[in-house]
Amino acid sequence: MRTLVILGGGTAGTMTANKLRSRLADDEWQIVVVDKDDVHDYQPGYLFIPFGINTPQQIRRSTHVFLKDGIELLMCEIRRVDPQARVVHLANGRELSYDYLVIATGTTPRPDQTPGMLGDEWHKTVGEFYTFEGAIALKAQLDRFTGGRLVMHITEMPIKCPVAPMEFVFLAEDWLRRRGLREKTELVYVTPLDGAFTKPVASRELGDMLARRGITLETDFMIESVDQDAKIIRSYDEREIAYDQLVTVPLNMGADFVAESGLGDELNYVPIDKHTMQSTTYDTIFALGDAGNLPTSKAGSVAHFSVHVFVENFVELVAGRAMLHSFDGHANCFVETGSRRALLLDFNYDTQPLTGTFPMPKVGPMSLLKESYANHLGKLAFRHIYWNVLLPGRPMPLPSAMSMAGKRPEG
Amino acid sequence: MPTTTIAGRSVDLDAEGFLTNPDQWDEELAQTLAGNIGITLTDAHWVPIRFLRKDFETQKETATLRRISTVGGIPVKELFALFPGKPAKKMSYIAGLQKPKGCV
Repeated sequence: MRTLVILGGGTAGTMTANKLRSRLADDEWQIVVVDKDDVHDYQPGYLFIPFGINTPQQIRRSTHVFLKDGIELLMCEIRRVDPQARVVHLANGRELSYDYLVIATGTTPRPDQTPGMLGDEWHKTVGEFYTFEGAIALKAQLDRFTGGRLVMHITEMPIKCPVAPMEFVFLAEDWLRRRGLREKTELVYVTPLDGAFTKPVASRELGDMLARRGITLETDFMIESVDQDAKIIRSYDEREIAYDQLVTVPLNMGADFVAESGLGDELNYVPIDKHTMQSTTYDTIFALGDAGNLPTSKAGSVAHFSVHVFVENFVELVAGRAMLHSFDGHANCFVETGSRRALLLDFNYDTQPLTGTFPMPKVGPMSLLKESYANHLGKLAFRHIYWNVLLPGRPMPLPSAMSMAGKRPEG
Repeated sequence: MPTTTIAGRSVDLDAEGFLTNPDQWDEELAQTLAGNIGITLTDAHWVPIRFLRKDFETQKETATLRRISTVGGIPVKELFALFPGKPAKKMSYIAGLQKPKGCV
C-alpha cells in the first residue's frame, strides 16, 4: 500500500483528492487529506458579502462532504514536514508517512506583518474581505457608512485573486450610487504596482474604468504602517493617505509549517517547477493551488487547471513513466464591475489578458476585457459550478490549456 | 529587441531599457546605468545591487523588495532612501536584470 498525503482540503486539495481517488486503485493507494477544520468556503463569495449579493450561508459548507469515499480526512494543525524521512508531523503528535506529498495549504492574509494594522479598529475602520469574518464585519461597516474617504489598499503582491480589490471598488462605487452616497464619498485605490493591474493591456483597460468612475488611483505605494488614531496609512517613502474607512488586503503568506520545514521562499511559498508543480528540491513533493510559487495569479481557476495537469502527470509518475503534461499558467478571472456587469480575463504565462470573445471566436457568449451582462451571469453561476462540478472533480467543458480562439492580439 | 552601445559596449535592452542578457553586465556598466537615472553609486548602494546579482545566480529571477529585505537583510526603508520612488525597478535596472516578477 502506498500513501498520498494532501495537506489542505481547500479548492486544490479537494479537487486533487477526488480526481486521484477515481484514478488510483483503492487497494494500492491510500489518500489522506489533512486540514485544520471541517470548514470549506467558496472564497470568491467573500467579495459579495459586504454588498449583500451573497449571504454567509451561501458560501460555507463542510469539507468532508465533498471528499469521496475512500479518502481519509484528518482534522489537525500541521507542525512540520520532514522531506528526507517523508513524514508529516501533526500538532497532536501523530506522524504521517507518505510516498508522495501534495502541499495545498494556500495563502493567508497576515495583518500582523504590517505595524498598526491589527488593533482596536481591526475589522472596523480597518476592514478586509479575504476572510469569512472580515467580509461579514465589513458589511456592518458599510451599512453604517455615511460618506467620506473610502480607501481600498493592497499591501504587497502577490495576493490571492489579484482582481478582487478592483472588483471591490467597482461594486462599492455602484453600491454608493444606489444609496445616494456617491457624491459624499471619495473613492481611492492604492496599489504597490505602477498601474491598475499587473499586465499591460488589462492595466490600461482597468485604469480607464477607474478613471471613468472617478476613482483616484495611487500607485507605487509600499505601506510601512497604519495609524489607526490618525486614520492614515503611511508608505516607506513617507506619503500619507487619509481614510474614513480603510479596506486593506494584508500581506499574503503561505503556511508557517512550510517555512519551519525549510520548504518555503521568503513568503513561505514552495518553489516548484512552473509546468509540473513539482518541488524544485524534492521530487516526492508537489505544491498545488496558492501554496506554490507559480508565476501566475493565485486564483481558483489556476488551481483548477493546474490540478488537472498534475493528476494526469501523477498517474504516469507512479506508474514509472515520464510526466509529459505541462501546465501553461492558464488563469480565467471574472471581474465584477457593478450594475450587474462583469468583464473576463483569460491569460497564461506567455499571453497577457487580451480583448475578444470567449470561449468561441465572435460568438462568445462572453466578452474578454469588456463589460457585459453575460459575464456577470457567468460569475454568479460559478458558485453552483464550484460546489457541484469542480470540487467533486467532475469534468468541466473547458480545456485546461489556454486557447487563442477569439482573442485579439495587440500591435 | 534594440541593441545599444552603453559605456563603450554593445548591450541588448527591452522596450523599457532593462538589460535582457544579464551576462552583458559588469560593475562599470552599473555606474553608467545608475547615472542614466540620476543615481551616484555609493558603498551603501552596492550592497543591494551585489545581493541582487548574487541571488540571481541561484534563483534565476530578480529578487523582490521583500526578498532583498528578508534574505538580504537590508530594510525596505533604506532601499527607498537609496533608490527613491521605485526602488525595485531602479535596482534591477542598475543590476542589469529584469524587473522582479513578484507582480502577477
